[in-house]
Order: sequence, then C-alpha cells, then structure tokens
Amino acid sequence: MKAAAFDYVRARDVAEAVRQLASLPGDAKLIAGGQSLGPMLNLRLARPKLLVDVSKLESLKIIADEGDAWRIGASVTHSQLEDRPLAGCAPLAQVARVIAYRAVRNRGTVGGSLAHADPAADWPVVLAALGATVFLVGTKGKREVAADQFMSSAFTTALADDEIIESVRVPKLSAGASWGYYKFCRKTGEFPEAAAALLLDPERRVARLYAGALDRPPQPLDTVARTLAQSGAQAVTADMIDAALQRAAPGLGPVARKLRTTAVRRAISQALPS
Amino acid sequence: MSTQGEKGQGIGARVPRKEDARHLHGRGQFVPDMILPGQREVAFFRSPVAHARILGIRKPAGSEGRVFVREDMPDVKPIVAPSTLPIKPSEQHPLAHGKVRFVGEPIACAIGRTRAEAEDLAEQVEVDFEELPALVDSRLSRKDKSVRVHEHWDDNVFLTLALDNGFEEASKKADVVVRREIELSRQSMNPMEGKGTLAVWDDRANQLVLYSSSQTPHLLRIGVARFLGMAEEQVRVIAPDVGGGFGYKCIVFTEDLCVAWLAMKYRKPFRYIEDRREHLVAGANSRQHHYNLTAYASKEGRLLALDAEIHIDGGAYSNWPFTIGLEPGQATGNLPGPYDFRGYRVKTYCVATNKPGFLPYRGVARTGVCFAMELMMDAIARAVDRDPYEVRLQNLVRPEQMPYDNVAKKHYDSGDYPRALKTAREKLDVDKWRERQKRGEPDGRIIGIGFASYCEQSAHGTSVFAAWGLPMTPGYEQAAVRITAGGGLEVRIGVQSHGQGMETTMAQLAHEILGIDVSRIQVVHGDTGATPFSTGTYASRSIVMSGGAVVNACRELIPRLTKIGAHLLKCAEAEARFESGAVVGPAGSVTLAQIAEAWYMRPEWLPLDVDRTGLEASVAYKPKKDTGAFSYASHAVAVAVDTDTGQVEILDYVIVEDCGTMVNPMVVEGQTLGGVAQGIGTALYEEQQYDANGQPNASTLADYLLPGPTEVPAIRIFHMETPSPYTEFGIKGMGEGGAIAPPAVIFNAVNNALTPFGVEVSQTPLTPEKLLEAIERAKKETVPKREAA
Repeated sequence: MKAAAFDYVRARDVAEAVRQLASLPGDAKLIAGGQSLGPMLNLRLARPKLLVDVSKLESLKIIADEGDAWRIGASVTHSQLEDRPLAGCAPLAQVARVIAYRAVRNRGTVGGSLAHADPAADWPVVLAALGATVFLVGTKGKREVAADQFMSSAFTTALADDEIIESVRVPKLSAGASWGYYKFCRKTGEFPEAAAALLLDPERRVARLYAGALDRPPQPLDTVARTLAQSGAQAVTADMIDAALQRAAPGLGPVARKLRTTAVRRAISQALPS
Repeated sequence: MSTQGEKGQGIGARVPRKEDARHLHGRGQFVPDMILPGQREVAFFRSPVAHARILGIRKPAGSEGRVFVREDMPDVKPIVAPSTLPIKPSEQHPLAHGKVRFVGEPIACAIGRTRAEAEDLAEQVEVDFEELPALVDSRLSRKDKSVRVHEHWDDNVFLTLALDNGFEEASKKADVVVRREIELSRQSMNPMEGKGTLAVWDDRANQLVLYSSSQTPHLLRIGVARFLGMAEEQVRVIAPDVGGGFGYKCIVFTEDLCVAWLAMKYRKPFRYIEDRREHLVAGANSRQHHYNLTAYASKEGRLLALDAEIHIDGGAYSNWPFTIGLEPGQATGNLPGPYDFRGYRVKTYCVATNKPGFLPYRGVARTGVCFAMELMMDAIARAVDRDPYEVRLQNLVRPEQMPYDNVAKKHYDSGDYPRALKTAREKLDVDKWRERQKRGEPDGRIIGIGFASYCEQSAHGTSVFAAWGLPMTPGYEQAAVRITAGGGLEVRIGVQSHGQGMETTMAQLAHEILGIDVSRIQVVHGDTGATPFSTGTYASRSIVMSGGAVVNACRELIPRLTKIGAHLLKCAEAEARFESGAVVGPAGSVTLAQIAEAWYMRPEWLPLDVDRTGLEASVAYKPKKDTGAFSYASHAVAVAVDTDTGQVEILDYVIVEDCGTMVNPMVVEGQTLGGVAQGIGTALYEEQQYDANGQPNASTLADYLLPGPTEVPAIRIFHMETPSPYTEFGIKGMGEGGAIAPPAVIFNAVNNALTPFGVEVSQTPLTPEKLLEAIERAKKETVPKREAA
C-alpha cells in the first residue's frame, strides 16, 4: 500500500512546528525518524493531512550535561545514544544497543518512541525506571511530565494536539547504583513479549522496578522494588513478583505472567548478580 | 570429463554465480523496476469479510473507466482447474462474482497514474454484504454441510484420497501401537518479491506481452490465453528477474487476468504489484496439515504398519494448473518417507475453507509428512524405550535394497540412507552433546538432540504427474543451443531461474560437453518468445530435466563440429575428434571459434556434405525412468530450551545430504541453506492464524514472523554423491530438501530436551506460549519424571 496524500513542511524551528501542529488540530503529525509513522502511513492506518518534519531541528538534537542529569533532545536517534555512552547514564547506551536493528536505530528517535507510545517499546519502560522527565512545548508554553506519567494508555500520551516533546531529562546514577533491563523478544529486532527495568540507587534512595510490554503503560512493581532495596534479591520470590504483576496488570494468563515474571527475575539478576 | 573438479568450470566446480554481479550491484530488472510510456498502476478493492454474498457494489462517483468489477469483463473466463482426480471444481472469477470466500478476495480493480492514486479510488468502492458463517477449521468444515464454501457442492470436501497396501496383515504382527496427533500451521511462503505483472499490447508483434514475476512463463501464457479466450501465439510472457518463487509463482492469478484484460481493452500498459500486506492476507497460503497417525511396531521399534488420517486445509479455490489435488496427492504418497515397511493405510481429506487457496510451497506436502513421520519415529522410540537414532537406523531403506519400491509404490532409485544418518550423528558429535546434556547448562537451559531423515522425489515426470490428475503433465523437456559466430554459445531453456543460479549451472553443463568458457555461454530463460516450451521451474526438476536437455543438445553439435573441423584440418572425419572446445586431427587442431567462423561467415570453407542443420540444435530429453531421482538427507541438531521463556536456540545444525552428482556444490549449499531458513520459520515462527470470523491475524511482517540472520545458525553441510542411474551424469534435483526436515528435527530435539517433563510438542510453530503451556500442563499432570535418553 501507499500512503494517502498529505502535505509536508519542514519546520525551521520549534515554534514553527508548534504553530503548524496547532493549525490543523488532530490532523497534523510530527515526523522525525518515521520508523513507526512510516509504516502506519503506508498501511493508511495514520492519515494526517499534514506532516511536520522536525528531524533537522538542531535544538532537538542536543545531548547536554546538566550536572546531575543528562538532557537528551527529542530528535536524538537511538544510534547516537548507542555510540556515545554518557557518564553516569550508562543504561542509555546499553538500552539503545538492543532497540530493533541498527537500521531502525539510525533513524528512530527517543522523542518519537515516547510519542508513539507503544507499550512494548524500550524507552517508555526504561525512562520510567530511570526517573526521567519529559519536557513539552506547545502554544500555551512549556511544561514537564514525569516519564512514568507520560503514556496514558497504549498509543496515547499526555501530549496535546499542539504540543511536541522537546527533550528528556535523565538523572545520573550514583556510583553505587545497580541497573538491570531484560526483554524477551521472539526474534532479534522484534518488539518484546515481556520487559522489565530495575534501578536500585541507594545513595539517592531510589528503588524503581517497572514491567513493560503490557497492554497498558509500564507498571511500577513497588512492593518488589522495596523488598529488593531493603532485603536484597534473596528476599524476592517468583510468587511475590507474580502477585505484583497480577495487581499491576490484571487479566494476564499464566503463560503471559510466567514470561513477565521471568523478565523481572532476569532484570533483578542483572542488577544484583548472585 | 576433462574439466571436472574444483579448478575447472564443468560439473562439480564451484563456479561463482554469473547472476550475482547484477544483483549485488542492484542492477537486476524486476517487474517493479519497469516503466513503460503511459503505464497505469492497478490496485484492488478486496473483501474485508471471509464469507458473504455480495448484494451490491457501488463504484465511486466519477470513476467511469477507472474502476472495474466482474460484470465489466464478461469475456474473461473464471479460473477452473480440471483434474482427472475426483476434485470438486471451484470457479475463481477474476473479480468476485456473487460471493466472497476469503478475506482479501479481489472485488474491484481501480487504475491510476500511481499506485497511491489507484488505492485512493479502490478504497472508495462500497459493497453490501450478506455475511455468512466462516469455515476456518478443515476438520469441522469436512463434517459441517450446512454452510458451504461452494454452494453447488453437497459438502466442503475438495477431494478424498484413500490407499491401503497390506495394512491389516502387517499391523497384526505389532507388539506396540503408538498414536499421535500432529499439526502444521497455515503458512505463507515469502519470496522477497511478491507477484507482479505488467501487461501491454504490442501492435507490431500483434501480441499481448506480459512481464510477470513467474516461475512458469510458458504455463502462464497458456493459462492467460485460455482464460482470456485468446490464441496462445497472441500471448508472450516474459519473466524478467524474479525475486524468488518457492511455488507461489507457478500458477495463474486472478490479478494477472485483470491486468491482461485491461491491457487488451485499453491497449495501454497496466501493472499490478502485490504488496506484502496483500501477499500475507490474500495471496500465499500453504503447509496447513493435520494428522492422526497410528504406528504399529515390533518391540524393538521396527515399524510394521502405519495408519493415517490426514486433513489438508485447502482454502477456498483450486489453482490452475497445479490444482488443489497436488498437496493431498503428495501427502498420501510421500508420508512413508525413507522407511522400509509393508503396511500402509491412509485417508486424506482436502477440505475447502474460507481462506485463500492452498498453493504449492517448496517441499510440497513433504515438509508436513516428514514432520509427521519423524515425530512418529521418535514416539515409537520412546514407546519401546530405545534411542530414536537406533530406531530410525533400523527402519531406513538399506542401500542393498535399492532401487526400492516402497509401500506407496514410490520407486527410490539409489542412495545409502543409513550412511547419511550415521554420518550426521558423527558430525554432530552426539556423545559430546549427551555429556553436556547430563551436566546441565550454567544458565539453567536444557539441551536436546534430534534427528530427521527424509527422501525427496525430484524431477518426477509424466507417470508421476499423471497420477495427480493435473491439467498439464510434464513430458519431454527441450533445450536449444546455438554456437555464435565468435565461438560462444547461447543456451535457451524454457524453465525460469529465480535464485537457483541456473544461468551458471546450465552454462557449466554446456561447458562440460563443449568446453566453451562459461563466460562465453549466455543462458536465455524466462521468455516464451525466445525459449523452447517447458512447463517451468518447480518440483526440483530443472537441473535434471532442463539440464539433461542442455547436455543432449550440446552433444548433438559434436559430430557436426567434428565434420567441419576435419574438413578444415584436411583429415578424414574418423581421424578427428572433439576435445575441450576444439577439433583435433592427426596434424593439428581447429578451435570452435574457427569452425563457427567457417559456418557463419566463410561457407566456402565448408565441406560439400556439411550437416545442414548447422551449429544449432534443439533437443528433447526425459530421464531413462521418469519416476523421479530421489535426493535424501539426514539432519541432526542440538538445541537449548529455556523453560522460563519458551525460547529455543539452535546450537548446532548438521546436514548430510545426497543429491547425486553435484553440478555446483556452492549452489547446492546455497539452496540448502535457504531451504533450512524457511524450515526454521515453519518450526518456530511462521503462522497465519484465522479467528472464528475468518479474519487473518497477520497482515504485516511484524505479526508474521520470518526468521532473520540471527535466527538461522551457522549450518554445517556435508555431501554424499550417489549418482542416479536414470539421469544425465547421475544428477538429482535438490531445490526443496532444505525446507523439508527442519521442523521435524527441531521438534525432535525439543522433545528430547523435554523428556524429563514427560511432555511432547507436536504443533508448528513452536511459539514460546506453546512450549510454556506444555510445560505447565506437564507440571499439573505430575507425570513421573524420566531421565533424558
């Protein structure tokens, strides 16, 4: 199939991008890497009247050290993060390396992944666990949303029709922090069947564990995270994880829970090798 | 065979493929690359429902002359595939007629300057449907006569085949009876290029020219002429570069008829290119078999008799010319595999459902029957508590029994089946894996080892096809060769090469006979206007049939060349001999180029009694016996099974294969690797599921998983070469074998790994869900644990 006809503008700056989006509320879409939108256009599942290209905006391509955090522009590609490990944010390069295939990573962007809001994508669950903040800009000005609040349901986000993601702020990990991310894919490059991300950073008093690849946004498994922080990996049983998953995402069948429990357990053993 | 061996260019040499340069540089010419002046693109409005009566169709306002339905092309005949088997006939109209029978069935076609424009128009077509219940399960569909895919039938069964050779008597002697239910998913064969046809009327030639992505251009020509009511000579089919076929491109498609009709009506070029979504939803369907098997064996595991009930989900329509009878015919005849037993009873039902028609796919039925038979072999071994390898070994046909007529009357021409299995066991180093299996993996995964053996009928001819009842039966295969004025060679063959490397291997065969450098041999194929008739490329037949014809055509030239050469050498014909591209006499030699110069440019140099047929020959060939040259192989694998994720990793994959004399071992290996990749897809990934309403679940490759480079392990191939007694140089066909054994060998390995759980898996594809469910089931049933074999 070929995409239905649409107009295309390449925005000169963020303000113009916002203006263009506001000019056709709901009928204009941003395009950066096009790795999700491209196929949806071709399948005619997405039929915007206008595509606003933000892939060339330098202000969206920043990677800046802000002392206790890294600021990542929305149009930064996965491969840029893969190729440039950031001090204090090692998980970003590690995660970027396992997103889809290199060809997808060369074009796909962090902001695009968040805005597309596929629950099985890597960044939503990873940035939630890292405690990142998403910075938005729209006609009404700027605002920020916590990464774990950004996706409201599958393929739906906090973005208003005239808003775009400008950047993501990812707090740096302390030297003693532990990180684990495990996803289970049927084959290399496919979206995962199950995913889990864990950050234990005692210095910052952070213990976050998220299950991803659900039929809903990434879900925190706080009881498990607390137990890990307080009593270590030995204190966490498969049953405890399973119970937390059932509370977080009711309705999962036994096999689906088994896969997700495994993802959580493997994220834990990555973070806290026995 | 002066040039045989690694360094030469003849039979057995690893000559790099002549076709690679253009493909690796992106200079191939496929139908989607072609643009003719005034060309229009065609898109289809396809049925969104699986089974419905069409009450009315509304074309978009203002679309006159740009949107067409069945009634607009009354002169086009529906595709009907006559058969001498009792197959209930289906009529597949070029566009739906009164009823739709599967999701994706074309209802209207629209044209535009671009594909997008044609799609804009097609999506505005509106249809009123009266929906009918969808038939999606072949076993239910067989019994349910209240809803019928074809209403004029009295049930939904395309064809029932039955066979009983000595079953009662042989089964009586059994000590052990083993029953299993085995199933293969519905699959879509996925050539990199889908189907595509560009049709144009050529006033100068007074011909309809179809550029089509076809494996069988001559058959397509006949089919299009027939269904459009034209004379064959008014149709020319050119299959340019074709991006893989796998059986999908050897039939006449309704879309072909639509573009051909448009080209005839408007005398302009029209093109249809199938996209992957159409391909997955509406095009390619295959593999779906269900088996109820009962094996009767001695207490040592010697198979005595087999009782089989097979259901094949035929989909909605039979195809022309291979018919829906090909798959049940092959399943019925090939289930016994490479084994020596004497009691066989089978009943095969091919049932109509509301899915796209079942089409031939690399391995035709044999992937299914090999899967079924090889799982049974392991099940028998478990029942008698022996090593599946040993049980398999004692049941294989032995070399001293060759040629061997099996229980289904297949004539196995040659080979040493047990040696292939033994070698596979050695090469896998089974003892090492057993050790590792006992020790256990550090990451908690469990190891399994599996074997599978099969034999593959290739290049089967008239007598075999006649039994399958097709409207066409392959017979003599022709090739035409012509020495050029400069001493090169043109080879014209009616088959089509679309990945098989025949531009190279046919040249190697010609080189073997005439000694002409392969770079000076031009292989012409894929054009009905330029090649002798052939039923085309399918059934692993080309290298034997067309290759045999090339060999014989080249041989035909030798006495003619010798006569001219002797005259030029001024010696008697009897004193001259043809040798590696030259005629050698007592006092010297003349090259083939000099002889060609004499024939074409210097007739005054020729002897008065020269053979006037000149330096071109067209020869027909058929092997000495046309029951087929049987290639065979044993595959052996070691897998690691993750019982927490259901993931299967192939750790080692060994193939020991024998396809007779190899023309080019590199091409043999390439074919084998590609086939194995597809077989891994069958085993672990590929499935087109239909919901109760007949809606397919996979419409993109995000949902229909194909194995990629990281899912296909480094496969180790070892060759045996047992020449066929019936073919030129003992060559056997081998295009399909790679795709036959992988599901069987992988499942046997996984079942070996699962032995401690006391469960077996027997349904493709082996998804993580299915594996985990099996393990969960095992835990619930608390089957007593057993040690791995």
